[in-house]
Amino acid sequence: MTSEHSQPTNKVISQSSVQDTPDGRIPVGKTMPGEQPMLSVQNLKKVYHTDGGDIEAVRNLTFDLPKGQLACLVGPSGSGKTTLLKCISGLMAPTEGEVTLHGEKVTGPPKSMAVVFQEYGRSLFPWLRVAENVELPLKNQGMDKTARREVVAEALEAVGLSHVPKSYPWQLSGGMQQRVAIARAVAYKPEVLLMDEPFAAVDAQTRADLEDLVRGIWKKLGVSVLFVTHDIDESVYLGERVIILSSSPTIIQEDLLVDLPDERDQLETRSSQRFSELRHHVYEQIQLAKKGFRPEDAVANANA
Amino acid sequence: MTDERARPGRRSRGKAPLDRDAEVHRLHRWESSAATDRRGGDIRRHTDVSTSAALDIPTRPDPAAPLSSIAQSGATGRATTSGPGRARRRRRRGLGTKALGAAGVVGMLLTWELLPLTGLVDARFLPPAHEAIGRLITNFGLTDFWVAVGDTMQAWALGMIIAVVLATVLGFIIGSSTFLRRFTNSTIEFLRPVPSVALIPLAVLLLGTDIESALMLIVYACFWQVLIQVLYGVADVDAVAMNTARSYGLGPFARIRYVTLPTALPFVMTGVRLAAAVALILAITAGLVIGTPGLGQEIVRAQSGGNYVSMYALVLATGLLGVLVNLVMRIIERKILSWHSSVRTEVAA
Amino acid sequence: MTYIRTVLHIIALPLILLAIWFVTTLGETSFFVPTPQVLVETFTETWTSERFVSDVFPSLGRLMIGIALSILIGIVGGLLIGSFRWLRALLEPTLEFFRAIPPPVLIPVIMLLIGIGDEMKVSVIVLGAVWPILLNTIEGVRSMDEVLADTSRTYGMNKINSIRYLILPSAMPQIMAGIRQSLSIALILMVISEMFASTEGLGFAIVQFQRSFAIPEMWSGIVLLGLLGVVLSFIFQLAERWILGWYHGLREIEQAA
Repeated sequence: MTSEHSQPTNKVISQSSVQDTPDGRIPVGKTMPGEQPMLSVQNLKKVYHTDGGDIEAVRNLTFDLPKGQLACLVGPSGSGKTTLLKCISGLMAPTEGEVTLHGEKVTGPPKSMAVVFQEYGRSLFPWLRVAENVELPLKNQGMDKTARREVVAEALEAVGLSHVPKSYPWQLSGGMQQRVAIARAVAYKPEVLLMDEPFAAVDAQTRADLEDLVRGIWKKLGVSVLFVTHDIDESVYLGERVIILSSSPTIIQEDLLVDLPDERDQLETRSSQRFSELRHHVYEQIQLAKKGFRPEDAVANANA
Repeated sequence: MTDERARPGRRSRGKAPLDRDAEVHRLHRWESSAATDRRGGDIRRHTDVSTSAALDIPTRPDPAAPLSSIAQSGATGRATTSGPGRARRRRRRGLGTKALGAAGVVGMLLTWELLPLTGLVDARFLPPAHEAIGRLITNFGLTDFWVAVGDTMQAWALGMIIAVVLATVLGFIIGSSTFLRRFTNSTIEFLRPVPSVALIPLAVLLLGTDIESALMLIVYACFWQVLIQVLYGVADVDAVAMNTARSYGLGPFARIRYVTLPTALPFVMTGVRLAAAVALILAITAGLVIGTPGLGQEIVRAQSGGNYVSMYALVLATGLLGVLVNLVMRIIERKILSWHSSVRTEVAA
Repeated sequence: MTYIRTVLHIIALPLILLAIWFVTTLGETSFFVPTPQVLVETFTETWTSERFVSDVFPSLGRLMIGIALSILIGIVGGLLIGSFRWLRALLEPTLEFFRAIPPPVLIPVIMLLIGIGDEMKVSVIVLGAVWPILLNTIEGVRSMDEVLADTSRTYGMNKINSIRYLILPSAMPQIMAGIRQSLSIALILMVISEMFASTEGLGFAIVQFQRSFAIPEMWSGIVLLGLLGVVLSFIFQLAERWILGWYHGLREIEQAA
């Protein structure tokens, strides 16, 4: 097993993987030198207590998200991605470990964080119009009316929706609804933007547009983005870094640097040699994860 | 904390993938449980019948609401925490919830017991709880009490049967023809909001103070409840199912038997359950206002005779009767609909 | 053409029924059923003069106050009870029992406790009509969409804004369904409470007519009550369309999908 998977690894720069941890510890993501960690996840663990016994969704996760980075979390379905995101966003308390933002422990949803959910239809207020949806968090913050109007118009402009401020969200297509949710997050001016499989429910063409939109917004605003997805291509195309999760109970399978050029293009980038190498590698890792391979097992084997 | 328990056989390499599979599967189910029946208006309607025993009445579909009323699906049109997820949580908290509920009832009775003692309310007009409950228990051994209950329930049952039969037959006839539906719509919409108690003087004038007066009120009020539900049910028939039946050469009666009836049955049952509550209210109202025999009349008699303890005991009895009628109708509904796919789904999950 | 057909559909049956009534009462003088002309005359005579002030007006006033109080108490109480799981568990069985008591039996009880004045009648209306609103509000708050609630939390919505923009609108469809039920209960209780112990009001007047065998007047009272029910339901539908416009639009799109 180990030899199988180590081959493609040679071709890619991995921040950390099984091979890098000779001490036999669970692999740990590191912050790239010279960058200040913004969001930090330390030894995060989450166990659900249910009738059918406890379910260990996340076993041990540690990684840092530096300021301004766009990182993708990718993992097989059922790998506790949503759980992880809920813990990071402060919606759910971890069983063990902690999440810190600017060195401060996250105990509830932090002010400088915005979340875009997969279920766009359920995360927009159906009784508010598009502009009102974007405006509501600002109103809640006590921003005055003229400033609000300006920010909302800007945000809608940024996502290409300035023509429908008076529509209700449910009158729009799925892709447009997700744009509204993104506009709302953008208007909120967060430092960290969490996105939970935001494009899982939109069609392929809309998806490509939205991916470019996210990259555009990320560059323009300089926010840190943590983008959860189960789509391998999407994770490589979007991210500067891909964190591959194991199957549940989740640990980090591999933390991978994406050395693709900064300017990405749906046609050019996706057909480049490097893209397909990276994609190939991530795909293999996910397949391994699905089969139940875990770095800790490999380590245990090596030690035995 | 409990994490050690959560990973049995962690070190036994052979078993690990299997455990993991099962765990992944469970996690999967757990995470998606909230979204399982997001669009399942139908499922939710019957889920409520079977699982939310306590607060069923308010969640019942409003007979006058549009085809898919909110009572039938969540506020945003998407059911939220219903389904298996909710059922599970309900089970886990079952005991604590029941204890709290019992505490609430005890607290209410204590308040009632203490109110007259403190002198805030005149003890003559509000006797302490134990007296009323004691009288109620005494009543359970008295023939007169059971005769009154019997009279009330007779009017209730007869009125229900007449109204349900009339409304179902008429509902199916009207509902199966587009022309008849349009033709009768305005009249139905006009007559439905007319309060049944407006007919009280007419009933007294025409039928006197016998059970017939009560029946007239009951039938009038229940008829609309059931009719509207039947019309919704018949309109809910899936066009594809109907065309399939037609293409296989099923005649009109076979189509009613195998397509329309099964589709409409849950709606009819909802209508019947709503009508049962309304019928009880009117059976007792008729006794109160007109003086038809039954619990209502006994209450008036006790009140005008200054026998206030008796009056409170009888009021308690009507409340218990109301709870009982709701409970029984819910059980009947579940029994009759047990074959229905929406109910089966819930059981399977 | 389709417009004309729609109008025909609406008025055809009522016209036919009126015609049957007219023809069957033609020529003979039935004691129980007045002719249409007599009823129309009696109606205008009876209800446009001083009776409007002495009977209809007080009835309507009590009805409106009762409905307003029911809505207020039901929504505020429902928001409170629905927001706390323990409070809901504590009160559910008790509320269930109160809800199951047929509201009219409360009339003799409340007469005992607070007499037979306007307070009694308003209390009866509130005690009967508050339950559907209260319990539906609780259910509406309880069935809040989780993603929507999470969204509001991530944006740090404060309590007041949560109620104003999240909880209340999300529970509104259920609240409106509760109000619809309450309206008919309130109307019924208004009539019955006046039949019981009163010297004025619609219910009282109708019973008076019946006792004095003033048949056409009695019929006109029944018609007036019927009209009241219809008008109430019409106003409600207008209000609902306005308040729940978003909801009906959403449902339509979901059903078309």
